[in-house]
Order: sequence, then structure tokens, then C-alpha cells
Amino acid sequence: MDLAHGVQLVSFGILAAIAIVAALGVVLLQNIVYSAFLLGGVFASMAGMYLLLNGDFVAAAQLIIYVGAVNVLILFGIMLVNKQQDFPAIKGMWIRKGATALVGAGLLVLLAGTIVTTPWAISTATPTGDGSTLKIGEHFFSDFLLPFELASVLLLIAMVGAIVLARREFVPEDTPTTEEELAFKLPERPRETAAIAGGSQTSPE
Amino acid sequence: MEAGIDLQSSAIEMLTGFGVPPGAAKAMWMPLPMTLMLAVATFGVLVSVWLERKISAAAQQRIGPEFAGPLGSLQPVADGLKLVFKEDVVPNQADPWLFTLGPIIVVIPVFLSYLVIPFGQHLVLTNVAIGAFFWIALSSVTPIGLLMSGYASNNKYALIGGLRAVAQSISYELPLALSVVAVVMMSNSLSTIDIVEQQSSYGILGWNLWRQPVGFIIFWIAAVAETERLPFDLPEAEEELVAGYQTEYAGMKFALFYLGSYVNLVLSALFFSIFYLGGWNFIVPIEWILDGLNLSADIAWVQVLTATLGIIMVLVKTYLLVFVTILLRWTTPRVRIDQLLDLGWKFLLPVSLVNLLLTAGLKLAFPFAFGG
Repeated sequence: MDLAHGVQLVSFGILAAIAIVAALGVVLLQNIVYSAFLLGGVFASMAGMYLLLNGDFVAAAQLIIYVGAVNVLILFGIMLVNKQQDFPAIKGMWIRKGATALVGAGLLVLLAGTIVTTPWAISTATPTGDGSTLKIGEHFFSDFLLPFELASVLLLIAMVGAIVLARREFVPEDTPTTEEELAFKLPERPRETAAIAGGSQTSPE
Repeated sequence: MEAGIDLQSSAIEMLTGFGVPPGAAKAMWMPLPMTLMLAVATFGVLVSVWLERKISAAAQQRIGPEFAGPLGSLQPVADGLKLVFKEDVVPNQADPWLFTLGPIIVVIPVFLSYLVIPFGQHLVLTNVAIGAFFWIALSSVTPIGLLMSGYASNNKYALIGGLRAVAQSISYELPLALSVVAVVMMSNSLSTIDIVEQQSSYGILGWNLWRQPVGFIIFWIAAVAETERLPFDLPEAEEELVAGYQTEYAGMKFALFYLGSYVNLVLSALFFSIFYLGGWNFIVPIEWILDGLNLSADIAWVQVLTATLGIIMVLVKTYLLVFVTILLRWTTPRVRIDQLLDLGWKFLLPVSLVNLLLTAGLKLAFPFAFGG
């Protein structure tokens, strides 16, 4: 075993350990902020795996999309609605937890069975390595053109939706009256008309 | 492509000459350029901190640091030493883990980006095929560290500063990446070496500066915003937010933020000089000078000379840009957060998209000038 193989093996072990431990932390930790940060760790170690598989472009894309965009968005959402709340203990919680564990274990068995029974056709071709970017581009514009274009249409729809939401020009005037309605409102100050018009900026605190 | 100096293969050859097996020789060589690059990055920070102090002083008609070393050049070292020996305070209600991890996550990607900075044809740590993309991907990790430290500080100024920093870096990453894509499109490669090579034919006239005037300005604005410098230093706007996400930090952890921001500044300037100012190329192509002097590029001392000239050119261009940012700091007022986001999303993003489209069209129409 030469140097490159040794490094590869050790890095694979470290990355796999990080991915598994961080993924467990995402699910098991009580603090949602920790879960969100650990999710970033999972994504980053997946990027490392792609790097080990000679997919440097995919690794960078994984980093930029999942860590740089998706995870930051999740964190941003959590921190904008930064509400510290102690949940009251629910009676019979163990039933829910037991059911969750059962479903989770069932899924694990199912997926593991699939992995074991599938005859994996491992390609013997030499990895493209540095040329992978070109290969991906060629695929995008030939046999994967439809999914590629569909994804862009999906993004366009999301963008139009975001702009419509952001350009909301009136403030809904109905004030919550009942206790139940209040519970569904996010704790934020009423929007000021001047701020919406783009005139003055309200002070941060 | 000329042979040039290949330090790696000659060093490995020398070590195997001493009877070291080739694998071990390579393992012994590999840490050397990495530590060298770390040292260079840190030294670059010391220089830019000194420049910042001196130029700021000159802009305000002061003298600036004078007593620590000649012309006060040891002042940044003194600053650094002071920070190292300060007490490492973690606020009472803060989250100790995230509080410690935040600055580390901010600093690591910035240093890693130095992997793809070329100082010459072979003077680069790794010629990754995705060089430019590598930098953009790594710089998108930094916001996580900023959010982490802003949240963990348990201070509302820090949280707002962290959120602002993230909003800012996400908004300006898009125009930055799109203007880089226009350059990449002209070079037919993401590799930083190829991008510089493509600009090397006609001296100063061949630099991307002339072919990408719009992208050049967009990149510059976005890079200044990404490094959080005035006029875009919203995340640490001291009149509103004390110091933003750095408010609660002291000692070595603060030093990491400080180091990270200056390394990032130098890094952005380095990438700017690579993408738009021809990297290690001299104002006239070095081949013309060698032809004029009847020298062959294969002579050892000529190679050393051209390599040195290349490094000097990269550094001159980079520090020229650092100088411009420091002057910008003292000439422009800080923008408001809504103005900042308006500029990013409503102006820079559409303009950079149009620039990309225009570049693609020009590349099809004039393939000889725009890298067909």
C-alpha cells in the first residue's frame, strides 16, 4: 500500500465517522441550533467523500449548494425566529418515541437489504478526474437536458414566489383575537408602512 | 508551455539521491510548500495591517505607528503578541462550544483558498482543475462560522451582526461568482493557471481588464463587500452594533477574526490580480524581452529571474489593490443595510447576468479575441 492509498483510507475513515456522528447528532440533540450546525458538518463530510471519489466539481458544488446555501438558509430561518421555548412534557411520549424508533429501524433494514441485494455494476473505466467538469457539462446539454431544464423552471417558480412575498405592499389588518390564533403568529413587531415603502429603515433594536 | 522551475520534482530527486524511498521523499516534501504558504499568508497580513495603519494615518494627516521598528513596521507584530497574551474570555451565558468553533470555521476556508493561488507557472500548491470554483465554494462556508459566533455570543448586537454578515455575503457572492464565470468562459478553464496563461500573450493589452471592464468593476465591488470593508462594513458597524459578531470576543479568538479578515482581503486582491490583471505577467511579455536580449528561457539564472519577476508582479498588483481598498475606506461613507441589499440584488446581479450574456455573445462573434 503506497502513500496515496493510505491517505485515502484514513481520510475515508475520518469522513465516514464525522458523517455518522454528525448525522446522529442532528437527529438526537434537543437543541435545534446544534442540529442545524451538525447538518452542515454532514454535508461537508459528504463533499469530502466526493473528493475522495475524484469528483472534485461535484464536491465543490455540494459545498456551495448544501453548506453555503441550504444550511445557511436553515440557520437563518432558525435565528430569525429565535424563540427559546421549553416544551411541556407530554404524557405517553414513549409511545411516539417507540413508534419513531420502529419506523427508523424498519427503514434501515429495508435500505440495508437493498444495498446488499443490489448487484452493483462498478465501472472499471478510469475516473475522469480533472475532466469531470467537461463531462458533467456535456451530460447537462445532451441526455440530462430535460431534468436540467426542469430544475431551472422549478427555481424560477421559487424565485417568482419569493419576489411576490417580498413585494407584499399592504399590511394585513386583521388582528388576532382568540388565544388560538395568537399561538400561530410569529412573535414579531407589526410592520410599518414607511419601512415597506423603502423609505426609512427601522433601527435594529 | 515552457518547462520552468519545478521545485517539487527536483527536491524529490535530490531526496531519492540520498537513498530515501520515493514515497517517503514525496511525503517529506509535501508539508514544505504548505507551511511556506501559511507563513506567506500570515506575513501578507502583517504587511497589510502595517499598510492600513500607515495609509490611514496619511489619509488623516497623522504620522501613524513610528516607534516599533523602522517606520513602525513591527507594530502589527506587537498587536499580534498582545492578542496572544490576552485573557481568553468566554461570556457567562455564551455557548462555549459554538463560541470557540465560530472563529475557526471563519479562518480555515480563507487559508485553504491559498491552495490555488499561482505565483508563477509552477509556483502553486495544487493546480486543481476547478481552481476558481474551489475558491467560491470555500468562501461560501465562512457565513456559517459568522452565524455560529454571532449566535453563541448571547448578545443581540452579535446576533444582528452575524445575520447581517451572512445576508451580505450571500447577496454579493452571486455577482462575484457570475463575473468570475464570465472570465472562466473566456479562458475555457476553471484552473487559475490557465486563466493567467490565457492573458499572457500581449502584455498589458492582453489582460482581462480590457475585455471584461464591467465584470472587473462588479468583481471589485463584490470582493470589497465580501471582505466586509468600508463602505460595506455593515456587520461590524460600530455606531450601531458595537462590533457586530466580534463584540464578545477577546484574545486569540478575536485575533482569528482579525487575521481572517485581513487574509481574506489579501486573498481577494490576489484573485483579482489573477482574474483581471494577468497574474504573474509583466507589462510586456517576458518572451519579447528575452528575445530582444538574445537569451534562452532555459538558462537556469534566467528562469530564477523570471520566476522572481513573476512573484514580484503578483505582489505589486495585489498590494496596489489593497492600497486602493484602504483609500476607499477613508473616502466613502458606510451604506445602510437596505441600500447594500438593493445594490447587490437590484443592480449588481442583473448587470452581471447581462455581462455574462454579452461575454457569451462576443465569444461566439469574435472567437479570436474572447477565447473561442
